[in-house]
Amino acid sequence: MIVFDGVTKRYPGGTVAVDNLSLVAPNGKITVLVGPSGCGKTTSLRMVNRMIRPTSGTITLDGRDTARMKESDLRRGMGYVIQHAGLFPHRTVLENIGTVPRLLGWDRRRTDARAHELMEQVGLDEVFASRYPSQLSGGQQQRVGVARALAADPPVLLMDEPFSAVDPVVREQLQDEFLRLQDELGKTILFVTHDIDEAIKLGDQIAVLRVGGVLAQLADPAYLLNHPVDDFVADFVGRDRGYRALSFQPTPRLPLRPERTLLIGETTQGVAQDWALVVDDANHPLGWVEPRRVTGEIRSEMLHRGGTVARASGPLRGALDAALSSPSRRGVIVDDSGSLVGTVQAHEVLNAIEEAARPEVADPTNPGAPAR
Amino acid sequence: MINDVASWLLDPAHWTGPDGVPARTWEHIWYSGVSLLIASLIAVPAGLLIGHTGRGRVVAVNLAGAARAVPSLGLLFIMVLFLGPRLSGDAASLWPSLIVLIVLAIPPILSGAYAGVEGVDPAARDAARGMGMTGWEVLSRVEVPCALPLIFSGLRSAALQVVATATIAAIVGIGGLGRLLIDGQAIRDFPQMVSGALLVAVLALLVDLALAGVQRYAVSPGLTGRTTTRGGGRAATDADGTTDADGIPAPGAVFAGEKELAVRREAGKTEPRHNS
Amino acid sequence: MTWFLDHVQDVLDLAVQHVYLAGLPLVIGLLLALPLGWLARRYPGLYTPFTAGFGLLYTIPSLALFILLPGILGTRILDRSNVLVAMTVYTVALLVRTVADALGAVPDDVKQAATAMGFTRFRRFFAVELPLAVPVIAAGMRVAAVSNVSIVSVAAVIGIPQLGLLFTDGFARSFYDPIVVGLAACFVLALAFDLVILAVARLLTPWQRAGGAS
Ligand SMILES: Nc1ncnc2c1ncn2[C@@H]1O[C@H](COP(=O)(O)OP(=O)(O)O)[C@@H](O)[C@H]1O
Ligand SMILES: [Mg+2]
Repeated sequence: MIVFDGVTKRYPGGTVAVDNLSLVAPNGKITVLVGPSGCGKTTSLRMVNRMIRPTSGTITLDGRDTARMKESDLRRGMGYVIQHAGLFPHRTVLENIGTVPRLLGWDRRRTDARAHELMEQVGLDEVFASRYPSQLSGGQQQRVGVARALAADPPVLLMDEPFSAVDPVVREQLQDEFLRLQDELGKTILFVTHDIDEAIKLGDQIAVLRVGGVLAQLADPAYLLNHPVDDFVADFVGRDRGYRALSFQPTPRLPLRPERTLLIGETTQGVAQDWALVVDDANHPLGWVEPRRVTGEIRSEMLHRGGTVARASGPLRGALDAALSSPSRRGVIVDDSGSLVGTVQAHEVLNAIEEAARPEVADPTNPGAPAR
Repeated sequence: MINDVASWLLDPAHWTGPDGVPARTWEHIWYSGVSLLIASLIAVPAGLLIGHTGRGRVVAVNLAGAARAVPSLGLLFIMVLFLGPRLSGDAASLWPSLIVLIVLAIPPILSGAYAGVEGVDPAARDAARGMGMTGWEVLSRVEVPCALPLIFSGLRSAALQVVATATIAAIVGIGGLGRLLIDGQAIRDFPQMVSGALLVAVLALLVDLALAGVQRYAVSPGLTGRTTTRGGGRAATDADGTTDADGIPAPGAVFAGEKELAVRREAGKTEPRHNS
Repeated sequence: MTWFLDHVQDVLDLAVQHVYLAGLPLVIGLLLALPLGWLARRYPGLYTPFTAGFGLLYTIPSLALFILLPGILGTRILDRSNVLVAMTVYTVALLVRTVADALGAVPDDVKQAATAMGFTRFRRFFAVELPLAVPVIAAGMRVAAVSNVSIVSVAAVIGIPQLGLLFTDGFARSFYDPIVVGLAACFVLALAFDLVILAVARLLTPWQRAGGAS
């Protein structure tokens, strides 16, 4: 657990980068620091491993004051990932990953074994082991950066905009894998980003900072979307937040309708509907056809695949999107194994949304905050 | 003329004795080697320190710039006139010459070392500190290995400078291949002068090649782009779809823009290269 | 000081010679290096042979080159053209790489924008790439100028008159004054070359001043 207690950083020259910050980053959770450029996110993060010394206030790590710990020990005990990865250009991927273990005095064999293990964990092919950073793409470099931070299995990870410098597609991929990895590892993570969408996707709790280094709001993502504390946070959280908040609202029991299904190779004779759903042998939805336009057997390339598919146990946003994107206007709902359970229409989802109580509960991470 | 030179070079009498080609070559290598070594012992640590701490940079830049403008011939004569009378025998010309060679070798080595360290990718340095390396560890494990290409280019410039100036120093009476040129001129023996000039040129070339060989061995392939695996290097693509053939990025310049990269090359490679 | 006052005219004459021997090769060298550097960029296969090849020429010590050139050019050893050619060789050796790198450093998007606006390759070079490459080329020129001034003085050893003659003269007579005056004069010349190049580069790149970048 990382605890900021009244931490202030005033740079020589007078800039107050962080102002009286108090914050708890619980063990095993991802705490995201988010805010516009220059609001003191990097400064806050770097005060944790004392790359920057606080002007006043204390930061404790599992109850120990970081100011009292030996700097090199403190840093070797926490992984540090930065925007451009900061890989050592003169070392191979394997050597880069093994840096901290070597600093800690591990022998070569143990280090290499660990590095290979990490490459697999972060999804890097073995062939990259002997490559140099200059031979990797930005996304691959970032994976190496994450692997290097995890090498000595530190309980804490500090990440400063680790995915900002890669293109959106790769970023999405890295974020998904990062979440999967965190499910496995359960590290205590302090994650800095200026991208609110990334914060909402990754954070267990989100700290929104405003310029001047003042904490504007600390909340979990759903609460933040539903109850921005003021105009600044509301603005920062951005448009579509009502719709985006549905991502965090579990789907209630929807009035699902059974759907007449067809298989590839069947004919559409006797099907009266405008649209019919085609499934495979395991009852997994494949796409929609218009029976009127099909002559002979249904072939794979006739399918409309535009509709999204929502899991019954997933968030409401998925169900609504499935209904809105379906050519038949009937959203396809599947169970956790991907088998069809039924379809639902948009107005039915909206009804469910209206009936579901808006989560007006007090913010669990900020019990003192008034519920609005 | 060519025949005269060839017969001078092929005459066995010129290849034996204390003023034979092997002895003169050895003297030349000895003067140059000692000067380079001493200059490196002074300039490399100083340059690394300046690069690592960022202190004294302005002084170093101006010193190196001013040193370039000092004609080695004039410096050599002043030194001999000043120190010569205080020393006796061979030392009267040898010591002033060595001092001049050392003084001339220091600026390129110094600026190579500091530019090399300064050019290390700030993100790599930041990451090194963030993972708990001490200042010394950052310097020895990250900054120095990354600075090696520029350290070597400084060293090679200094070597050229020293080999060339050692030739001229024959005027004040020291040995080395310069003797063939200077003595040949005194007795109007053109074949000997030209032979000497050829030998000096070949020696300079071999010294540079030897240092290039050491550099190739010492510098990580990750910095030179000389990697064996396929698809190496991030070659910049030209507007016409052509590719930057120079697979040698400036150290730590993985994320530096092309422009910055060229300016660093400018600072590191071109500047210290200075003949005499 | 009295020696200098007594010999002002001689020193000035030698300085003029020095400017000629160091300056003319600088101009010719640049004119040669521009097309060579452009070729090295245009045909990437040429980059390494060009830079490495001229690099080898650069390794030849100046005194050796002054003595070897008459044999190659068929000139007499006391001919000033030997020095001019030698200095041109050194200048080209320095500048080919500089020009190639400077052209390579012109941002891709700028070049592509120029192409998209309909510049031919030829016009794009003169209208866009060359102007943008001026600061880096100027930096290379400054290095070449300062080193030329220093190297030219070595030609005094084989008897070509310029400021270096003050060194050999002073040394032969164990007399400090001419040497000190020579050193100072060389220093002033190097500084003058440096300032001229800086001024020309500034004139050619007005946009650099606007941004406050030096
Ligand atoms: N070393 C420094 N010296 C002075 N001011 C700084 C320094 N580093 C950052 N700042 C200032 O502190 C503020 C916060 O910076 P930073 O923590 O980097 O913000 P962020 O990471 O949120 O963009 C900014 O106004 C920045 O200009
Ligand atoms: Mg930041």
